[in-house]
Amino acid sequence: MDKKIFIEPLFKNNPVSVLVLGICSALAVTVKLEPALVMALSVTIVLGFSEVIISLLRNTIPNRIRIIVQLVVVAMLVILVDQFLKAFAYDVSKQLSVFVGLIITNCIIMGRIEAFALGNKPLPAFVDGIANGLGYGIILVVVAFFREFFGSGTILGYPIIPAEWYIKNGGFYENNGLFILPPMALILVGAFIWVQRSIQKELQEK
Amino acid sequence: MQELVSLFVKSIFVDNMVFAYFLGMCSYLAVSKNVKTAIGLGVAVIFVLGVTLPVNYLLNKYVLTPAALSWLGPDFAGLDLSFLSFIIFIAVIASIVQLVEMVVEKYSPALYASLGIFLPLIAVNCAILGGSLFMQERGYETLAEATTFALGSGIGWFLAIVALAAIREKLSYSQVPAPLRGLGITFIVVGLMGIAFMSFMGIKL
Repeated sequence: MDKKIFIEPLFKNNPVSVLVLGICSALAVTVKLEPALVMALSVTIVLGFSEVIISLLRNTIPNRIRIIVQLVVVAMLVILVDQFLKAFAYDVSKQLSVFVGLIITNCIIMGRIEAFALGNKPLPAFVDGIANGLGYGIILVVVAFFREFFGSGTILGYPIIPAEWYIKNGGFYENNGLFILPPMALILVGAFIWVQRSIQKELQEK
Repeated sequence: MQELVSLFVKSIFVDNMVFAYFLGMCSYLAVSKNVKTAIGLGVAVIFVLGVTLPVNYLLNKYVLTPAALSWLGPDFAGLDLSFLSFIIFIAVIASIVQLVEMVVEKYSPALYASLGIFLPLIAVNCAILGGSLFMQERGYETLAEATTFALGSGIGWFLAIVALAAIREKLSYSQVPAPLRGLGITFIVVGLMGIAFMSFMGIKL
């Protein structure tokens, strides 16, 4: 099997920063690192298995109703993930709120099913799903890392900035509240794209 | 009545779908290159949200919430179907979008010509499903509240996409650094617009 299927979605052909898919949830769940990791894992699982199922069914689905079939398969997997999170990680599931449900309409999933799973065998489809999920996860983790570090001074909930640095304890440092607010996520993704396109010049638009 | 007006204004400006929750971002970034198509998509979103959200509200109230089926008789009072809500909401949205498309095509060919291509796209726009899920999570109590919320969020989305399209039309005349051109600068512009919209935060009506 072609190694490219796994390597390319991680950076060179990243679903978020190159294909512009799945932006909504990538931005909304990145205030803290922990929900971002859970979200990335959920999307990876749903994407991998939905691509396998659609790939197995690809010769039996009539072309005209394929969108409905895809939505039903994805919705079923998302319900499983949602029930699992509610049972075993209730706090995180509360933080993610509606965004678990919105995995159904995450464009990465529909985009990869349409572009890859409908024309390939189950195993490559599975690898493609996992790799795209990881590529999505990379963006989430990078954005969430910066937002949590600068916004709250913690990583995964553990304080990184020493307590005596803060102004309220007589120091000089203050958390940057702007990083917790929604607009900063957009600007961070913009900066990520800037860095990526400075390295990969062929992606630059005219 | 006063509460409804307050909810309406709040869902347009304070809880704007795009700037506060990033919903519908994919089509927001893809279809905002010129104002005319942006208006078409924006109107279609208002329309579909305004139709699907009340339907999903009724389904949620009379079928999905715990003990909602008790109107069928005492045997059904113990049922809790809330785990089915994702699949039911998305099915309702997909089928209503299909229906709306057929009705519009039959009775208003002019509207169909301008909305036509956007309608199927909207079935998988997360602003639509997100609207229904927010309605469920925040527990809006009456049909009027749900409809007001739907129209308000739709109009908020419309304003956001038209504003971005207008900025992008002007942006094509400016000298942007090569790696930022296109997508990168659009993200940063949306971020700055989000900061501007944050001035509405904390407004109480």
